[in-house]
Amino acid sequence: MTVTGTAATAAPERGTRTLAPGPHRRRVRLNHYTIAPLVLIAANVVLFALFFVWPAVIGFGYSFTDYTGVGDPTFIGGQNYVELVGDPSFYAALLRTLLFTVMVVPLSFVVSLFIANLMVSDYAKGKPVARVIFFLPWLVSPIITGVVWRWLFGENFGLVNFVIESLGGKAVPWQSNANLSLMVVVFAATWAGMAFSMLLFIAAIKNVPTSYYEAASLDGAGPVRLFFSITLPNIAPTSFIVVLLTTIGTMKEYALFVSLNNGGPGTENNLLVQYIYQTGFQRGQIGYASAASFVLMIILMAIALIQLAVNKKAGSR
Amino acid sequence: MSASSDILRTGALAAEGRRRTPHRKKNIASRQIGRHLSATTLLWVFAIGFAFPLLWFVLSSFKPSGDLFSYPLTLFPKQWTLSGYTTAWQSFDFAQYFINTIIVACVTTVLTVAASCASGYALAKYQNRWLKVFFVCILATTMLPTEVMLAPSFLVIRDLGLYNALAGIIVPSILTATGVLMFRSFFLTVPDDLVEAARIDGARELSIFFRIMVPLSRPIMLTLAIFSFQWRWNDYIWPLLVLNDPSKFTLQIGIQSIVGAQNINWSVLLGASVISMIPLVILYLVFQKYVMGANINAGLKD
Repeated sequence: MTVTGTAATAAPERGTRTLAPGPHRRRVRLNHYTIAPLVLIAANVVLFALFFVWPAVIGFGYSFTDYTGVGDPTFIGGQNYVELVGDPSFYAALLRTLLFTVMVVPLSFVVSLFIANLMVSDYAKGKPVARVIFFLPWLVSPIITGVVWRWLFGENFGLVNFVIESLGGKAVPWQSNANLSLMVVVFAATWAGMAFSMLLFIAAIKNVPTSYYEAASLDGAGPVRLFFSITLPNIAPTSFIVVLLTTIGTMKEYALFVSLNNGGPGTENNLLVQYIYQTGFQRGQIGYASAASFVLMIILMAIALIQLAVNKKAGSR
Repeated sequence: MSASSDILRTGALAAEGRRRTPHRKKNIASRQIGRHLSATTLLWVFAIGFAFPLLWFVLSSFKPSGDLFSYPLTLFPKQWTLSGYTTAWQSFDFAQYFINTIIVACVTTVLTVAASCASGYALAKYQNRWLKVFFVCILATTMLPTEVMLAPSFLVIRDLGLYNALAGIIVPSILTATGVLMFRSFFLTVPDDLVEAARIDGARELSIFFRIMVPLSRPIMLTLAIFSFQWRWNDYIWPLLVLNDPSKFTLQIGIQSIVGAQNINWSVLLGASVISMIPLVILYLVFQKYVMGANINAGLKD
């Protein structure tokens, strides 16, 4: 006990001298190493305090003021929140953001998981080349992704409409129809985000022990069954991370919209971040924008907590 | 049956098939061919679908500006030209944008990898109350991206004196939850026995980290480095907030200024966009085996 006590306070490494026979004692002893991990996380703790806690705190404070970035803020209580609740353009942005997320996350998940499976399949030929192709969109920035898809789906000049018209169809209003315009962004976002998820999936699938597949094949399982009974349960932690990251990435999408349709037509496809940016920086209502930020933050928190709960229920780490 | 399962997994048809009766061999062989065909077809349908938007974009960038909109559109330029590229290069301060972007991406990447590796290791191999709190904080940062706190983050940058400085983009971007989580999940797969053994040999905690864990995590480091470089190269909203002086602009802001114009000059835009992608494409082609081949749970599994 004296040895472990010293280990906790002064020299954590000394604790190694006590040999732990059982798993229980080992866990207890690991708890005594406190200084080394704190040193290791120090840099990120400072950054977290500076760029997450601080903005969150002052943002929360300013959300109760009419601060415009200069001068002294005046306390106006919950007026910003009351205004926000009654602001139809805020609701529109919120609904549009949720709609966008609900479309992108499942599509992106399915496509990237499917391609990841093809990429680890022994049967597919030409994987090295396909791999490069699948990864190229990931290299393209959101701004340029927007430009690429704008170029493809231009209403008067785009290739897609040209092909549709050549086949005898009518030009599709990819830009002047808000829903179609959003669809283009959904495709673009899936196209751009697929590679990252695919990479995580490939790594996860490769780490599923081969013996599982062998055992299941022995029992006569086909490829579909193998996927649903072996692959999917074994990559559950990765699936969770992919869904979480995609959801958050989608909820905060901004650059892609800016360059693809600039939230248009009109303000129909303004998402929350764009709404916050416009109120905060173009209209200078920092207090009001902070209030909107807090609503977005609470929504993201809620989504994450729900996903965590679901994940826990599913029994993975 | 064990032989056939081996075939399914390894495709070692020739070696194993010899033992089978001719009838079953033929059966399995045709099923193999079917699977090869369907998997390959599917793979390439997707690959062509994914390649096409970019292919069309790059091919268009070689068209003279007069041909860009002339119907009927052709996949390949009738007349190849680099005029879009040269105009783009001349009409913008591209060299400066390039240098700025490279500085930001490189410096941030080095710092991100270092900070994430250390934090990820601490979260995976130690357990105490503070680390649990920290882990929740890291998860919370994924909920609290800069985009969610634009206005207050901007005020913090201003109050720290980082406004309109490249450091104002670099410092806040170092902490990334993805990086920390990547390293954490890697170090979780490293057996505790390795740490125990080092401790029994009398190694200090931090030297276990630096001398055993850091070298072990090299594949993850490269992966995260490439990811981080890409993130920072392609960042838009943070530079947009922090930078005011055009001489400090990054490529993305420069390009968005073309898109945001009243009448988009597509010829210049196509050229500028393609130029801005070249460094990342080269980086990826050089390091792709480290990205795609990186076994994220490398080492130590028997």
